[in-house]
Amino acid sequence: MAILKLEEVVKQYNKHLAVDKVSFQVPEGSIFGLLGPNGAGKTSIIRIITTIIRADTGKVFFNGELLNNNHPSKIGYMPEERGLYKKMKVGDHLIYLARLKGLNKSDAKESIEHWMEKFEIMDWWSKKVNELSKGMQQKIQFISTVIHKPPLLILDEPFSGLDPINTNLIKSEIENLRESGTSIIFSTHRMEQVEEICEHIVLIDKGQNVLEGKVKDIKNTYKKNLFKIGVDGELPANLESQLPVVQKESNAIIVKLKESEDSNALLNTFLKLPLKITSFNEILPSLNEIFIQQVES
Amino acid sequence: MDKLILIIKREYLTRVKRRSFILVTLLTPLAFAVFFIVVGFIFSYESDDEMVVAVIDEGGLLAEKRQIRDERRLFFKEVHYSLDSARKVVENGEFVGVLQIPPLQNLMDRSQTVYYYSDNQLPLDIQFRIQDKISRLIREYKIDSLDIEKAQLEALETKVLLEPEPLREDGEDASRLTGAISAGIGAVMGFVMYLTIFIYGMMIMRSVMEEKTNRIVEVMISSVKPFQLMLGKIIGVGGVGLTQVCIWAIFIPLISLLVNLLFGFNSTMPELDAGAEIDPEDAEALIALAYKEISNLNWWMILPLFIFYFLGGYFLYSSLFAAVGSAMGDDLGEGQSLTIPITIPVILAIYIAMKAIQAPNSSLAVFSSIFPLFAPIVMPTRLAFNPPVWEIVASVIVVALSSVFFVWLSGRIYRVGILMYGKKVSFREIFRWMFYKG
Repeated sequence: MAILKLEEVVKQYNKHLAVDKVSFQVPEGSIFGLLGPNGAGKTSIIRIITTIIRADTGKVFFNGELLNNNHPSKIGYMPEERGLYKKMKVGDHLIYLARLKGLNKSDAKESIEHWMEKFEIMDWWSKKVNELSKGMQQKIQFISTVIHKPPLLILDEPFSGLDPINTNLIKSEIENLRESGTSIIFSTHRMEQVEEICEHIVLIDKGQNVLEGKVKDIKNTYKKNLFKIGVDGELPANLESQLPVVQKESNAIIVKLKESEDSNALLNTFLKLPLKITSFNEILPSLNEIFIQQVES
Repeated sequence: MDKLILIIKREYLTRVKRRSFILVTLLTPLAFAVFFIVVGFIFSYESDDEMVVAVIDEGGLLAEKRQIRDERRLFFKEVHYSLDSARKVVENGEFVGVLQIPPLQNLMDRSQTVYYYSDNQLPLDIQFRIQDKISRLIREYKIDSLDIEKAQLEALETKVLLEPEPLREDGEDASRLTGAISAGIGAVMGFVMYLTIFIYGMMIMRSVMEEKTNRIVEVMISSVKPFQLMLGKIIGVGGVGLTQVCIWAIFIPLISLLVNLLFGFNSTMPELDAGAEIDPEDAEALIALAYKEISNLNWWMILPLFIFYFLGGYFLYSSLFAAVGSAMGDDLGEGQSLTIPITIPVILAIYIAMKAIQAPNSSLAVFSSIFPLFAPIVMPTRLAFNPPVWEIVASVIVVALSSVFFVWLSGRIYRVGILMYGKKVSFREIFRWMFYKG
């Protein structure tokens, strides 16, 4: 079941086509990567999902329903361009944002206290936002996004400006939320994070959907049948004549097999050699490589 | 609706609780008080020294019944020495100067020169006052010399008062003060409108800009509609304005009264009591008439209409300021030019309003009362002049519709503007935003 489904969504500003017939779906309870280079149309897509702007044509379904004005309260959105009212007190600020999401005062307070205790920042309650460091403000921003327990969370570059410790903290919270059933759209152009976190991705470029699917499947689709064999001992000099060697290192060798060839046969060939095999791996392309390849092609 | 109330509450409370707001609100009446004290001091300030002027009356103008009237700190003393010895007495410091009045050559002369000997420059107002006193003395002298009956002479001067009367008998009677009082009330109303629009309009513009540069705005509009956010801000800041104006309306007169009681400045100007031409009874009658006039005005019409124009004008202009704020980038200076199309009509309107006070039924005033951008400032200045009913109705309809229209239009600009980061926008672009879909 998909919590979110986009069908042929189009958005045009003046003469600039920002979103060009984009379709994809976000499976419920998954972490979904919305990827693309800067200016690809990611933010426009997110703004359409959060009803900040409306699509010119196409349909968006939230939990099977056509997107309407009741849905924003079920979405937690942390924009890339984010901020807080600098002169407000942290507690008041969070209550205000929670109430705008439809929580009553006592529920809001309870939820905020839960999160602030979790992050061990209860003593910030009466501090003004501008007394906090940027990293601290990011934590408050994160809390404000999840206060109302939204079934769908949209995080646009959530780790920008965070130090490694806080990045890990937020990362583990994202994982916890997913485990408790929250679906998460994670928008970024930093591929190593995507690889680590996301199960599904969609790659947007120039407003178009260029790639979509499970990370594992995509990697399999784009793999080049490269195998790396780690060895201990002298490699025979005439190895290139027997095998399609791509690269040779002092104690490893990379071989490219043809589509029809079997990796077991390759391993068998090596077993017959007077060598000690230390490792045998298939080299899968990184999302970064796929990303660059797709965007450049 | 709930969200709108939440936004209004936040916009209102964060401002009202701010220390700077409390300070400005309380200090402004105090500043007024200090201003009154200083002005009072300046007006009541005269030379501390008593001035005694020696008078050499060569023409025998002075007589027992004809004296130069003394006044506060300015005294005249007739001396019978020669000019030379009088000069010496001045040098000794007994007098500040010698006033020499030569004999009149001809009773029919209409001009006469008198001489004042002193090393000290005579202050201008004292000079005028002495001239006035001598002129009156000569007049008395001439009346006596020409043997004219004083009462007859005075009867020649007739004070004329123009009393406006209605054409029909059942028409409303106006008095000679109606015009002046209506003008006064009109001026106050026009000015209040002008100040409110500028002070609070700018406040809204800055606040919209801050939200945009703070980047809180996108967080906000993922929960509420941009229009709700804009409207909430306009109403919230409007509430702040009302609070401030109400506090001032109570405290400024109160503090002024206190200052008056404590320091006891004579509110009338020295020239007036020196002139003393107005009969005290006349003055009392005048004040009574003024009170009557003020209470005779149709307040049941003026006040609700003023509140209506106040709100209409406020919504109309502050929404435009919000729209401009949304189009501004991080650089306030760069965006300043965007405010020109709003400030120009406001300034024009206050000039037209000043003209409308003098000629409330001129075609300029009538036109401006039904022109959306001028009406909220110009029409209130005309209310006290009893404008024709159809003009009020037309103006009210125009202001009501146009304020709704401008709030709507600004909302369309605002919703696009707040999401445009980091680029300078032109008017053409803003114009295009109005027609953006979605």
